Amino acid sequence: MSLKAFHVIFITAASILAFAFGVWMIRAYRAEGVTSDLVYGIASLLAGVGLLVYEGFFLKKLKNVSYL
Amino acid sequence: MDIPYTVQTRPDTGIYNAKVGVWLFLASEVMLFGALFSSYILLRVGAATGTWPHGLLNIPIGTFNTAVLITSSVTVVLSWASLKLGNFGRYKLYQAITLLCALGFLGIKSYEYREKFSHYEVWLKTPVIVKHGTEEIKVDRLLGHIEHDGHHPFFWTTQTLTDKKVASFKLLPDPVHYTMTSKEMAHARAEAAGKPHEEIEIKSADVKRLSAFVPGHSTYFAVYFTLTALHALHVLCGAAVIFYIWGPGAKMWQTDPERYINRVEISGLFWHFVDLVWIFLFPVLYLL
Repeated sequence: MSLKAFHVIFITAASILAFAFGVWMIRAYRAEGVTSDLVYGIASLLAGVGLLVYEGFFLKKLKNVSYL
Repeated sequence: MDIPYTVQTRPDTGIYNAKVGVWLFLASEVMLFGALFSSYILLRVGAATGTWPHGLLNIPIGTFNTAVLITSSVTVVLSWASLKLGNFGRYKLYQAITLLCALGFLGIKSYEYREKFSHYEVWLKTPVIVKHGTEEIKVDRLLGHIEHDGHHPFFWTTQTLTDKKVASFKLLPDPVHYTMTSKEMAHARAEAAGKPHEEIEIKSADVKRLSAFVPGHSTYFAVYFTLTALHALHVLCGAAVIFYIWGPGAKMWQTDPERYINRVEISGLFWHFVDLVWIFLFPVLYLL
Protein backbone atom coordinates (compact mmCIF):
# COMPACT_ATOMS: atom_id res chain seq x y z
CA MET A 1 0.00 0.00 0.00
CA SER A 2 1.44 3.38 -0.99
CA LEU A 3 1.51 6.57 1.03
CA LYS A 4 -1.35 7.82 -1.14
CA ALA A 5 -3.63 4.93 -0.09
CA PHE A 6 -2.61 5.18 3.56
CA HIS A 7 -3.23 8.93 3.50
CA VAL A 8 -6.76 8.38 2.18
CA ILE A 9 -7.44 5.90 5.00
CA PHE A 10 -5.96 8.30 7.55
CA ILE A 11 -7.98 11.31 6.40
CA THR A 12 -11.15 9.19 6.36
CA ALA A 13 -10.45 8.09 9.95
CA ALA A 14 -9.70 11.68 10.97
CA SER A 15 -12.94 12.95 9.45
CA ILE A 16 -14.92 10.18 11.21
CA LEU A 17 -13.28 11.28 14.48
CA ALA A 18 -14.11 14.92 13.74
CA PHE A 19 -17.80 14.12 13.06
CA ALA A 20 -18.06 11.81 16.10
CA PHE A 21 -16.38 14.38 18.34
CA GLY A 22 -18.66 17.10 16.97
CA VAL A 23 -21.79 15.07 17.70
CA TRP A 24 -20.43 14.10 21.14
CA MET A 25 -19.80 17.78 22.03
CA ILE A 26 -23.18 18.95 20.77
CA ARG A 27 -24.87 16.20 22.81
CA ALA A 28 -22.82 17.34 25.83
CA TYR A 29 -24.01 20.90 25.19
CA ARG A 30 -27.63 19.78 25.02
CA ALA A 31 -27.26 17.86 28.28
CA GLU A 32 -25.15 20.32 30.25
CA GLY A 33 -25.60 23.68 28.50
CA VAL A 34 -21.91 24.68 28.46
CA THR A 35 -21.43 27.12 25.54
CA SER A 36 -17.82 26.11 24.82
CA ASP A 37 -19.07 22.55 24.11
CA LEU A 38 -21.30 23.94 21.36
CA VAL A 39 -18.41 25.93 19.88
CA TYR A 40 -16.15 22.85 19.89
CA GLY A 41 -18.94 20.73 18.42
CA ILE A 42 -19.60 23.07 15.50
CA ALA A 43 -15.87 23.62 14.87
CA SER A 44 -15.32 19.87 14.85
CA LEU A 45 -18.15 19.23 12.38
CA LEU A 46 -16.72 21.94 10.11
CA ALA A 47 -13.28 20.35 10.41
CA GLY A 48 -14.81 17.01 9.37
CA VAL A 49 -16.30 18.61 6.26
CA GLY A 50 -12.98 20.36 5.56
CA LEU A 51 -11.10 17.06 5.75
CA LEU A 52 -13.49 15.42 3.27
CA VAL A 53 -13.13 18.34 0.86
CA TYR A 54 -9.34 18.09 1.19
CA GLU A 55 -9.53 14.32 0.55
CA GLY A 56 -11.39 14.95 -2.71
CA PHE A 57 -8.80 17.56 -3.74
CA PHE A 58 -5.96 15.20 -2.82
CA LEU A 59 -7.37 12.30 -4.85
CA LYS A 60 -7.87 14.55 -7.86
CA LYS A 61 -4.33 15.92 -7.60
CA LEU A 62 -2.67 12.48 -7.26
CA LYS A 63 -4.89 10.51 -9.64
CA ASN A 64 -1.85 9.29 -11.58
CA VAL A 65 -0.05 7.88 -8.51
CA SER A 66 -0.49 4.16 -7.74
CA TYR A 67 -2.32 2.87 -4.64
CA LEU A 68 0.18 0.01 -4.33
CA MET B 1 27.58 -3.61 -5.10
CA ASP B 2 24.07 -2.24 -5.51
CA ILE B 3 21.32 -3.14 -3.07
CA PRO B 4 18.57 -4.69 -5.21
CA TYR B 5 15.00 -3.41 -5.42
CA THR B 6 15.50 -0.06 -3.67
CA VAL B 7 13.89 1.67 -6.63
CA GLN B 8 12.56 -0.88 -9.11
CA THR B 9 9.70 -3.11 -8.01
CA ARG B 10 10.42 -6.67 -7.02
CA PRO B 11 8.63 -9.09 -9.40
CA ASP B 12 7.16 -11.35 -6.70
CA THR B 13 5.79 -8.61 -4.38
CA GLY B 14 5.12 -5.92 -6.95
CA ILE B 15 6.66 -3.23 -4.68
CA TYR B 16 10.19 -2.15 -3.71
CA ASN B 17 11.83 -3.88 -0.75
CA ALA B 18 11.75 -1.05 1.78
CA LYS B 19 7.97 -0.85 1.47
CA VAL B 20 7.62 -4.56 2.28
CA GLY B 21 9.94 -3.99 5.24
CA VAL B 22 8.08 -1.02 6.66
CA TRP B 23 4.71 -2.76 6.39
CA LEU B 24 6.06 -5.81 8.23
CA PHE B 25 7.37 -3.45 10.91
CA LEU B 26 4.03 -1.63 11.10
CA ALA B 27 2.25 -5.00 11.47
CA SER B 28 4.35 -5.67 14.59
CA GLU B 29 3.49 -2.17 15.84
CA VAL B 30 -0.21 -2.89 15.39
CA MET B 31 0.22 -5.92 17.66
CA LEU B 32 2.05 -3.83 20.28
CA PHE B 33 -0.50 -1.01 20.41
CA GLY B 34 -3.39 -3.45 19.90
CA ALA B 35 -2.41 -5.36 23.04
CA LEU B 36 -2.23 -2.14 25.07
CA PHE B 37 -5.53 -0.84 23.69
CA SER B 38 -7.25 -4.16 24.46
CA SER B 39 -5.87 -4.09 28.01
CA TYR B 40 -7.16 -0.56 28.53
CA ILE B 41 -10.62 -1.29 27.15
CA LEU B 42 -11.03 -4.47 29.22
CA LEU B 43 -9.93 -2.65 32.39
CA ARG B 44 -12.25 0.26 31.59
CA VAL B 45 -15.27 -1.94 30.90
CA GLY B 46 -14.55 -4.11 33.96
CA ALA B 47 -14.28 -1.18 36.40
CA ALA B 48 -17.11 -0.74 38.90
CA THR B 49 -19.33 2.31 38.29
CA GLY B 50 -17.93 5.51 39.78
CA THR B 51 -14.44 4.12 40.39
CA TRP B 52 -12.81 4.85 37.02
CA PRO B 53 -11.18 8.28 36.81
CA HIS B 54 -12.68 10.38 34.02
CA GLY B 55 -12.80 14.04 33.10
CA LEU B 56 -9.24 14.61 34.36
CA LEU B 57 -7.59 15.31 30.99
CA ASN B 58 -7.66 18.63 29.22
CA ILE B 59 -9.92 18.07 26.18
CA PRO B 60 -9.15 21.41 24.41
CA ILE B 61 -5.41 20.71 24.61
CA GLY B 62 -5.92 17.12 23.42
CA THR B 63 -8.07 18.38 20.53
CA PHE B 64 -5.42 20.93 19.57
CA ASN B 65 -2.73 18.25 19.60
CA THR B 66 -4.93 16.04 17.39
CA ALA B 67 -5.21 18.92 14.90
CA VAL B 68 -1.42 19.37 15.02
CA LEU B 69 -0.84 15.71 14.12
CA ILE B 70 -3.45 15.72 11.33
CA THR B 71 -1.74 18.82 9.89
CA SER B 72 1.63 17.05 10.04
CA SER B 73 0.24 14.09 8.07
CA VAL B 74 -1.01 16.45 5.39
CA THR B 75 2.38 18.17 5.12
CA VAL B 76 4.19 14.79 4.98
CA VAL B 77 2.13 13.67 2.02
CA LEU B 78 2.40 17.07 0.32
CA SER B 79 6.18 16.95 0.69
CA TRP B 80 6.27 13.50 -0.94
CA ALA B 81 4.00 14.70 -3.76
CA SER B 82 6.26 17.76 -4.24
CA LEU B 83 9.29 15.50 -4.69
CA LYS B 84 7.40 13.39 -7.22
CA LEU B 85 6.80 16.61 -9.17
CA GLY B 86 10.51 17.45 -8.86
CA ASN B 87 9.98 20.45 -6.57
CA PHE B 88 12.70 20.00 -3.94
CA GLY B 89 12.23 23.47 -2.41
CA ARG B 90 8.54 22.82 -1.72
CA TYR B 91 9.44 19.43 -0.21
CA LYS B 92 11.89 21.11 2.19
CA LEU B 93 9.25 23.61 3.25
CA TYR B 94 6.51 21.03 3.88
CA GLN B 95 8.82 18.73 5.85
CA ALA B 96 10.02 21.69 7.93
CA ILE B 97 6.37 22.27 8.88
CA THR B 98 6.05 18.55 9.70
CA LEU B 99 9.04 18.78 12.03
CA LEU B 100 7.62 21.88 13.69
CA CYS B 101 4.31 20.04 14.20
CA ALA B 102 6.19 17.10 15.77
CA LEU B 103 8.03 19.44 18.16
CA GLY B 104 4.78 21.26 18.90
CA PHE B 105 3.01 18.00 19.72
CA LEU B 106 5.81 16.90 22.06
CA GLY B 107 5.95 20.32 23.71
CA ILE B 108 2.21 20.33 24.38
CA LYS B 109 2.36 16.74 25.65
CA SER B 110 5.20 17.72 28.02
CA TYR B 111 3.07 20.58 29.34
CA GLU B 112 0.20 18.15 29.92
CA TYR B 113 2.51 15.75 31.77
CA ARG B 114 3.92 18.58 33.90
CA GLU B 115 0.40 19.61 34.88
CA LYS B 116 -0.41 16.03 35.92
CA PHE B 117 2.75 15.67 38.02
CA SER B 118 1.72 18.62 40.21
CA HIS B 119 -1.98 17.70 40.39
CA TYR B 120 -2.96 15.59 43.40
CA GLU B 121 -5.58 13.44 44.98
CA VAL B 122 -5.75 13.45 48.77
CA TRP B 123 -7.54 10.68 50.66
CA LEU B 124 -8.44 11.89 54.18
CA LYS B 125 -8.87 9.89 57.38
CA THR B 126 -11.82 12.06 58.43
CA PRO B 127 -14.12 14.00 56.06
CA VAL B 128 -13.84 17.78 55.71
CA ILE B 129 -16.44 20.32 54.64
CA VAL B 130 -15.77 22.04 51.29
CA LYS B 131 -17.75 24.46 49.18
CA HIS B 132 -19.00 23.05 45.88
CA GLY B 133 -20.55 26.06 44.20
CA THR B 134 -23.04 27.42 46.71
CA GLU B 135 -23.38 24.12 48.58
CA GLU B 136 -21.23 22.91 51.44
CA ILE B 137 -20.57 19.18 51.34
CA LYS B 138 -18.57 16.64 53.34
CA VAL B 139 -15.86 14.83 51.41
CA ASP B 140 -13.01 12.47 52.26
CA ARG B 141 -11.29 12.58 48.85
CA LEU B 142 -10.15 15.78 47.17
CA LEU B 143 -8.43 16.68 43.93
CA GLY B 144 -6.31 19.79 43.55
CA HIS B 145 -2.95 21.50 43.58
CA ILE B 146 -0.75 21.60 46.66
CA GLU B 147 0.98 24.73 47.86
CA HIS B 148 3.85 24.43 50.30
CA ASP B 149 6.38 27.18 51.13
CA GLY B 150 5.17 29.16 48.11
CA HIS B 151 5.78 26.27 45.67
CA HIS B 152 3.56 23.77 43.84
CA PRO B 153 5.55 20.57 44.46
CA PHE B 154 5.83 17.67 42.00
CA PHE B 155 5.58 13.92 42.69
CA TRP B 156 4.73 14.13 46.39
CA THR B 157 3.45 10.98 48.05
CA THR B 158 2.26 10.08 51.54
CA GLN B 159 5.87 9.13 52.29
CA THR B 160 7.11 12.59 51.22
CA LEU B 161 5.05 14.18 54.02
CA THR B 162 6.96 12.05 56.56
CA ASP B 163 10.37 12.41 54.89
CA LYS B 164 10.15 16.20 54.59
CA LYS B 165 8.52 16.49 58.04
CA VAL B 166 5.60 18.43 56.57
CA ALA B 167 3.15 19.20 59.39
CA SER B 168 0.50 20.65 57.08
CA PHE B 169 0.02 21.95 53.53
CA LYS B 170 -2.45 24.04 51.57
CA LEU B 171 -4.68 22.43 48.96
CA LEU B 172 -6.38 24.42 46.22
CA PRO B 173 -9.24 22.02 45.57
CA ASP B 174 -10.81 21.38 42.17
CA PRO B 175 -14.57 21.91 42.08
CA VAL B 176 -14.99 18.34 40.75
CA HIS B 177 -14.10 14.76 41.55
CA TYR B 178 -14.05 11.85 39.12
CA THR B 179 -16.66 9.99 41.16
CA MET B 180 -19.17 12.59 39.88
CA THR B 181 -21.06 12.04 36.64
CA SER B 182 -20.15 14.16 33.60
CA LYS B 183 -23.29 16.22 34.16
CA GLU B 184 -22.46 16.85 37.83
CA MET B 185 -18.90 17.81 36.81
CA ALA B 186 -20.13 20.31 34.21
CA HIS B 187 -22.57 21.80 36.75
CA ALA B 188 -19.86 22.08 39.45
CA ARG B 189 -17.39 23.67 36.99
CA ALA B 190 -20.00 26.20 35.85
CA GLU B 191 -20.81 27.06 39.49
CA ALA B 192 -17.14 27.55 40.36
CA ALA B 193 -16.22 29.51 37.20
CA GLY B 194 -14.81 32.96 37.95
CA LYS B 195 -14.85 32.42 41.70
CA PRO B 196 -11.56 32.37 43.63
CA HIS B 197 -10.22 29.06 44.89
CA GLU B 198 -10.85 28.51 48.54
CA GLU B 199 -7.70 27.03 50.03
CA ILE B 200 -7.90 24.24 52.58
CA GLU B 201 -5.24 23.71 55.21
CA ILE B 202 -4.67 19.97 55.57
CA LYS B 203 -2.69 18.44 58.42
CA SER B 204 -0.38 15.62 57.32
CA ALA B 205 -1.65 13.54 60.25
CA ASP B 206 -5.13 13.58 58.63
CA VAL B 207 -3.87 12.26 55.28
CA LYS B 208 -4.56 8.60 54.57
CA ARG B 209 -3.00 8.69 51.10
CA LEU B 210 -1.51 11.35 48.87
CA SER B 211 -0.67 10.86 45.20
CA ALA B 212 0.01 13.06 42.20
CA PHE B 213 -1.54 12.02 38.87
CA VAL B 214 1.31 9.62 38.14
CA PRO B 215 1.19 5.94 37.05
CA GLY B 216 1.04 4.88 40.72
CA HIS B 217 -2.16 6.87 41.30
CA SER B 218 -4.49 4.44 39.60
CA THR B 219 -4.83 1.87 36.82
CA TYR B 220 -6.20 4.62 34.60
CA PHE B 221 -3.07 6.76 34.88
CA ALA B 222 -0.80 3.71 34.59
CA VAL B 223 -2.35 2.89 31.20
CA TYR B 224 -2.58 6.57 30.21
CA PHE B 225 1.13 7.16 30.75
CA THR B 226 2.15 3.85 29.16
CA LEU B 227 0.16 4.49 26.00
CA THR B 228 0.89 8.20 25.60
CA ALA B 229 4.60 7.90 26.47
CA LEU B 230 5.01 5.02 24.00
CA HIS B 231 3.22 7.08 21.39
CA ALA B 232 5.37 10.15 22.15
CA LEU B 233 8.48 7.98 21.76
CA HIS B 234 7.23 6.99 18.30
CA VAL B 235 6.66 10.66 17.43
CA LEU B 236 10.21 11.46 18.56
CA CYS B 237 11.74 8.60 16.53
CA GLY B 238 9.62 9.43 13.48
CA ALA B 239 10.66 13.07 13.68
CA ALA B 240 14.34 12.04 13.99
CA VAL B 241 14.07 9.92 10.81
CA ILE B 242 12.26 12.68 8.91
CA PHE B 243 14.87 15.18 10.09
CA TYR B 244 17.74 12.97 8.92
CA ILE B 245 16.21 12.51 5.45
CA TRP B 246 15.34 16.23 5.27
CA GLY B 247 18.77 17.44 6.48
CA PRO B 248 21.99 15.40 6.27
CA GLY B 249 20.44 12.68 4.07
CA ALA B 250 19.15 15.13 1.45
CA LYS B 251 22.36 14.74 -0.62
CA MET B 252 20.81 11.59 -2.10
CA TRP B 253 18.37 13.78 -4.04
CA GLN B 254 21.32 14.75 -6.30
CA THR B 255 22.70 11.23 -6.79
CA ASP B 256 19.67 8.92 -6.65
CA PRO B 257 16.40 10.90 -6.68
CA GLU B 258 14.06 7.91 -7.11
CA ARG B 259 15.53 6.16 -4.10
CA TYR B 260 15.31 9.41 -2.13
CA ILE B 261 11.60 9.75 -2.95
CA ASN B 262 11.09 6.17 -1.72
CA ARG B 263 12.83 7.02 1.56
CA VAL B 264 10.48 9.95 2.04
CA GLU B 265 7.51 7.67 1.32
CA ILE B 266 8.67 5.09 3.88
CA SER B 267 9.13 7.73 6.58
CA GLY B 268 5.71 9.09 5.62
CA LEU B 269 4.08 5.67 6.05
CA PHE B 270 5.55 5.38 9.55
CA TRP B 271 4.42 8.92 10.35
CA HIS B 272 0.87 8.15 9.21
CA PHE B 273 0.81 5.06 11.40
CA VAL B 274 1.89 7.11 14.44
CA ASP B 275 -0.82 9.69 13.69
CA LEU B 276 -3.44 6.99 13.18
CA VAL B 277 -2.61 5.57 16.62
CA TRP B 278 -3.33 9.01 18.10
CA ILE B 279 -6.66 9.18 16.23
CA PHE B 280 -7.67 6.11 18.29
CA LEU B 281 -5.90 7.20 21.50
CA PHE B 282 -7.55 10.60 21.73
CA PRO B 283 -11.21 9.50 22.01
CA VAL B 284 -10.38 6.45 24.15
CA LEU B 285 -8.33 8.33 26.75
CA TYR B 286 -9.80 11.83 26.67
CA LEU B 287 -13.48 11.31 25.97
CA LEU B 288 -14.65 7.91 27.26
